[in-house]
Amino acid sequence: MELVCPAGNLPSLKAAVDNGADAVYFGLRNDTNARHFPGLNFNEKRAREGIAYAKSRGKRIFMAINTYPRPEGWERWTQAVDSAASLSVDALICADIGVLDYASRHWPDLNLHLSVQASSTNYEALAFYHDAFGIKRAVLPRVLSLSQVRQVVENSPVDIEVFGFGSLCVMVEGRCILSSYVTGESPNTHGACSPAQFVEYRETSTGLESRLGGLLTDRYDQHETAGYPTICKGRFAVGENTFYAIEEPTSLNTLALLPELYRAGVKAIKIEGRQRTPAYVAQVTKVWREAIDSCRKEPEAFVAKSAWIDSLDQVSEGTSTTLGPYYRPWQ
Amino acid sequence: MTMNPKLSLGPVLFYWPRDTLFDFYAQAAEMPVDIIYLGETVCSKRRSLGSKDWIELAARLSRQSDKEIVLSTLALIEAESELKTLRRLCDNGRFMIEANDIGAVRILSKKGIPFATGPGINIYNSASLDLLASKGLKRWVLPIELSNQTLRQIQLRRPEGIETEVFCYGRMPLTLSARCFTARSHNLPKDDCQYKCIDYPDGRLLSTQEQQPFLALNGIQTVSAKTCNLLPELPLLKELQVDILRISPQSTHTGKIIDAFHKALLNQGASDLGKYMPLGPCNGYWHGVDGQAELNSSGNR
Repeated sequence: MELVCPAGNLPSLKAAVDNGADAVYFGLRNDTNARHFPGLNFNEKRAREGIAYAKSRGKRIFMAINTYPRPEGWERWTQAVDSAASLSVDALICADIGVLDYASRHWPDLNLHLSVQASSTNYEALAFYHDAFGIKRAVLPRVLSLSQVRQVVENSPVDIEVFGFGSLCVMVEGRCILSSYVTGESPNTHGACSPAQFVEYRETSTGLESRLGGLLTDRYDQHETAGYPTICKGRFAVGENTFYAIEEPTSLNTLALLPELYRAGVKAIKIEGRQRTPAYVAQVTKVWREAIDSCRKEPEAFVAKSAWIDSLDQVSEGTSTTLGPYYRPWQ
Repeated sequence: MTMNPKLSLGPVLFYWPRDTLFDFYAQAAEMPVDIIYLGETVCSKRRSLGSKDWIELAARLSRQSDKEIVLSTLALIEAESELKTLRRLCDNGRFMIEANDIGAVRILSKKGIPFATGPGINIYNSASLDLLASKGLKRWVLPIELSNQTLRQIQLRRPEGIETEVFCYGRMPLTLSARCFTARSHNLPKDDCQYKCIDYPDGRLLSTQEQQPFLALNGIQTVSAKTCNLLPELPLLKELQVDILRISPQSTHTGKIIDAFHKALLNQGASDLGKYMPLGPCNGYWHGVDGQAELNSSGNR
């Protein structure tokens, strides 16, 4: 079981490698990847440095080109694929059918992974991408229960990677346009959900307000810490109640499920968070490295150590974690 | 001369009782639409009609009228039981399938059966359209968040024989989740949802804390609170050679809305659909801005 860690910049990439990642994933500094945030990601020179750093230490490097190009910007995506090939990355993580087609025809030797943004939740969908483009691995959206993950792994023609830790996207990635409904920009089109330039905090007589594109996402009293106004993590009114109608601001943490994911035949655990700091990457990578090693040695005796959980809780969004959809009652 | 586009009635997105569905489609058989999409696309727990019922309804409608009947598949397929239902629909042997998940595309293309794709299949560029055309795609629906400028580019290079459909009227499907938000809003888990969706024939309203209507919860799907209306965009839709205009069913007045589109296509005058849209219209996506916006035909707010 491989540990795949995020890198939004070179220090994070080094932190991942130094703390035990088997593979690191990154994106270029444009809208070709789903973490297109200001000041984040790699230009080609930095990418080259990062790749050399990882490869010289025996680690693998994946590049994410996992947004959906529209005809207006198509060349940016094909150039990104060409860059990935010339950088000799170990795999390309893609979502768009057109991009996968381009990559598989122009660079047949390049390993392709299906991004979580491709919204593939069943083995028939995975078989489509396998037959059409020869993908080697797929990252599953964070919507399946553990038994459904098992079912997919058993029947999938490709290796399966699942999210182990990080911000919890409760929607089927690649099929959520809440962000563009409010701002005009979505992860699919612009590589960012609830982009920073639309975020606003207002101090009012009734407390602090967070807004996205002018839309009120939440109000906080003085004892509460204001969160980032990702739409699905706001408090809204439905019927008589005002509550986290979609999801609380929590992080996904599947540490406790690790032996079951391992026994199910999951080939890789992905850590979310290219937008997070090198310190986050270091801390999370270190914990998951120890956990995976412990699980591989003795899956039957595996216990998630409280020190690991404490360490992960410290860096979680909203400083709490959930098993998310893997745990059926969450759904 | 450009041909007039056809009108289609999209699949009912909401959970309506069995009799309501039968009544609705009995009326739809008389409505001036050319194509009717049938099927449960949101939640496999909804049991007003099973796949056998949908196929029988398709046969009945096609006997009663000269309309084209298409069977729409579930948009989020997770369980083996859902794959079984999907295969049953794909094997119906008669009606075209609207694939709403790539799994459906795989099953159909492997069998060499031509298919359509719904708005949830991400065709954002010509290369994607070309590839799917090579797998048997005959018709696609423009993804909800794409604009007329993007459509123009894709239409320029559209493969021969492919029909383009645009979601022109209705609450727009914005997202899908594993979680059932309607059940959650009643403090119930999905596995014990008590079929609460049936109480909300157009979705359950979600508003901001300043009472701005924002979304409508429809089980695991979330739709816009505002209603997309592209009727005023008809000249541009025609110019872009859109083949089919989709009207998404709502619990009231669907017939009147279809009549309005039909009249407009026959140049028999413009109708104001405002009274049929409880929380007002929007068309931002079509104009390349935030989807909730309402712009005039010149593209101004």
